[in-house]
Amino acid sequence: MDIVCRTRLSLIWGITLFTVPAFLVPFSSALFAQQPDPAKPSVVQPGAPGEPTKALPPYTKATLPPRSHADATFMQGMIMHHSQAVEMTALIDSHTQNKELRALGARISSSQTDEIKFMKRWLAARGESISMPMTEMSGMEMPHEMTHLMPGMLTSAQMQALRQAKDADFDRLFLAGMIQHHSGALAMVKDLFDTAGAGQDAELFDFATDVDSGQRAEIRIMQGMLQKKSEEEKQ
Amino acid sequence: MNRAASILFRLMVAVLFCSFNVSLLRAQAQAPATPSAAGPQASQAPADKDKEKAKAEDEEDGNPFAPEPAPALPPGMTGSNVNDPRYDLKPGMYDAGETAMGMKHLALYKKPDAFQLGSDDPDSPKVQKTLGQLGIGMAAKMPKPIQLVIAQLAFANSDIAFQGNHLFLGNFYGVNIYDISNPANASLLTSMVCPGGQGDVSVYKNLLFMSVEMPNGRLDCGTQGFPSDPAPAADDKDKDAKDKKPHHPAPQKDRFRGVRIFDISDIKNPKQVAAVQTCRGSHTHTLVQDPNDKDNVYIYVSGTSFVRQAEELAGCSGEAPDKDPNTALFRIEVIKVPVAAPQNAKIVSSPRVFIDARTGAMNGLNNGGTHGKKGPEKASDSNQCHDITVYTAIGLAAGACSGNGILLDIKDPVNPKRVDAVNDPNYSYWHSASFSNDGSKVVFTDEWGGGLGARCRPNDPNKWGADAIFNLKDEKLTFANYYKMPAAQGDSKNCVAHNGSLVPVPGRDIEVQAWYQGGISVVDFTDPANPVEIAYFDRGAIDPKMLVLGGDWSAYWYNGHIYASEIARGLDVFELTPSKFLTQNELDAAKTIQVSELNVQNQQKIEWAPKLIVAKAYLDQLSRSQSLPADRISALQKAIQTAESSHMNKGKVAKLRTMAPALEKDAATAKTPADSSRLRALAQILMHPVA
Repeated sequence: MDIVCRTRLSLIWGITLFTVPAFLVPFSSALFAQQPDPAKPSVVQPGAPGEPTKALPPYTKATLPPRSHADATFMQGMIMHHSQAVEMTALIDSHTQNKELRALGARISSSQTDEIKFMKRWLAARGESISMPMTEMSGMEMPHEMTHLMPGMLTSAQMQALRQAKDADFDRLFLAGMIQHHSGALAMVKDLFDTAGAGQDAELFDFATDVDSGQRAEIRIMQGMLQKKSEEEKQ
Repeated sequence: MNRAASILFRLMVAVLFCSFNVSLLRAQAQAPATPSAAGPQASQAPADKDKEKAKAEDEEDGNPFAPEPAPALPPGMTGSNVNDPRYDLKPGMYDAGETAMGMKHLALYKKPDAFQLGSDDPDSPKVQKTLGQLGIGMAAKMPKPIQLVIAQLAFANSDIAFQGNHLFLGNFYGVNIYDISNPANASLLTSMVCPGGQGDVSVYKNLLFMSVEMPNGRLDCGTQGFPSDPAPAADDKDKDAKDKKPHHPAPQKDRFRGVRIFDISDIKNPKQVAAVQTCRGSHTHTLVQDPNDKDNVYIYVSGTSFVRQAEELAGCSGEAPDKDPNTALFRIEVIKVPVAAPQNAKIVSSPRVFIDARTGAMNGLNNGGTHGKKGPEKASDSNQCHDITVYTAIGLAAGACSGNGILLDIKDPVNPKRVDAVNDPNYSYWHSASFSNDGSKVVFTDEWGGGLGARCRPNDPNKWGADAIFNLKDEKLTFANYYKMPAAQGDSKNCVAHNGSLVPVPGRDIEVQAWYQGGISVVDFTDPANPVEIAYFDRGAIDPKMLVLGGDWSAYWYNGHIYASEIARGLDVFELTPSKFLTQNELDAAKTIQVSELNVQNQQKIEWAPKLIVAKAYLDQLSRSQSLPADRISALQKAIQTAESSHMNKGKVAKLRTMAPALEKDAATAKTPADSSRLRALAQILMHPVA
């Protein structure tokens, strides 16, 4: 997608999201509270519990709540976050023979790759940049003090240690690292929903909800695997 | 629909504006890419080649919207049938190709304007004018689907409830109420704007209940949501960490997530009378009646999304159970609603339905699903129920609780107790459940992919994203078989098992079920080990080049017709038609069941009056299964016919009575339990028939 397109897109989305509501704002209820035509469908908007219901004009169109800056930042940050998980799972093949871990890694890799695609689609459709402005040129290899890591992301030292480990050591470091990593994703989702006006986009809401429930489940699976490992080693 | 799993919506705005012309040219240049008349197999090879080429080009373009074919089938798995007429239907929003077997599409009532961002006809002057106002220069070149894909999920139709001649169609943006006195010519009565998703609905007497889970839900049904802070200015990055004081607080006392209660005494002017807040909101809810208490009803709340801040709703905590024993995870909520004073509705218990009875651990159930799967789908944690179906007549509820299917004893409706739990290696997300009428079976659904993904592609295994039928005996569930709508679907159709209801044909267990863009499938699961499809309806994809969210959310039988909530298009009405799988007598017998209210997840026992039409339906079934000799069947048919045409003359009715004992005897030696029940039920009717 070229720049011209992106600009046009953001224009369209901006206008769609903000201008449409403005010129379709329902007229004051008093104006339309007059005798409803019994043959025509009524368009109404209830009030808070105990409050009266407003009649809306028959030509009322649907509107969307505003999108928050935090929504796009969340997606951009999560792309970066997920990318590290994919990077970590890519080590599995050459670093361990543990079947269970390999299966888990394959699943994490494919689900996170897929989610990265979704997040890119979501951002592109809204005319937003795919990456965060600050990290656009950095990638993962930047010295850690310069990189703005998302919560739970492994530091470059941790990544280095993981790359150098083999077999049982790798398994342990991978599981502990991925638990830390996933816990960070949960924190990001919590931050998103704890931010004023964020998460009101239906697709984003569904996605973030899904990240939360999926990664919670994977954390429990990994904790179980880690526990089993330490019990085995004790014997 | 619940979690937006991996492959999500492919809203196409960017492509529409940026790549549309390119795609169009590409499509023209590759004319053979359109399905040829030579049949799926003959066209397979070139189509695949084209797909690969298109995929490569899409990757080059960076087109993130191109639909994806399924990966290769895992070993030992079978996919879906590409030789089914449903596989290759012409795409289109309102002009899609349609095909049906054993059912007839009577009407589609399009989504009302108040529930759409703009007109659905981009050629209408109104749209052109709107686009002009939006400052879109290339309005004339605006591709058709654009109006359909902007924020589709925010206006998705969802579940349905019924009362008398009224149909309540839930939507993420509110509820639409239809008059269905004449199902083929229904009329919209009320569009009630009240956003917050998903708008799961139930109705009881003068009360309408509605689920809200999203952060834009407001107590006052406002559409404006809540304000956010402006983006930080680019040049004061270092400063903003220090004086980054939000202008707007995140906790909002006007936010609503939970269950709304409306008084619908005036059907054209519903009034909100209560709004019961919950920590996780309400993804779905279930109406529960207590047979011993007519003054109150109960609502079981299934919340699946994030736990809100305690600053917004006191006592809410999303911590792990070992950190906070009051966590809002690992529980459902029970709301008690005094029918005469609904404004006093409140939460009366928060049952820990996942508890390990021995250790007391709240998270007692294992992580479910996805074992052995290598697809993009993820594991599900059993810290939530997605939907619960209660069957008060047998004192049980079946909970579809993300990582597990569970069985609850609900004889004390405020304190449901788990009596069994199941898991399944092919299940990804336990989504919904329904009982057979006799309570001997439970059909669970697996919403693999969250409902927004294409999961019925030729290479998607037919055990994934399917129904799982369990036998239920002595409060124990035992797996019998899977059922997945058998037709393969294209890459741009979201498709997976979704909501359905029983079709009250006596003597058989029949369910009509929605499969999103996979359409509607009617399945006979009388023999749980051998479910058989007996009718279907499907239409083409909304769009062939991208997955635009749509299809049937729920398909329910209500008093003789099938109603389906099409997410994007509107409300569909169908009738079943006689076929070799279902006779006119069986249909007529089903139509004798008339109820005054239907909330499908509050399952009611179906009881057929001893009418002769019901007897005729049983005879058709005994004939189909060849469980009675043909001469006896025709003798019985003749005797029934004579009694009917004599207007139940005493002598003719007495003749029927004489034929009953032989049937009772046959029942003892019948080939199958189903035939045995049919013979007994038939004998019962002949003993005391009514017209």
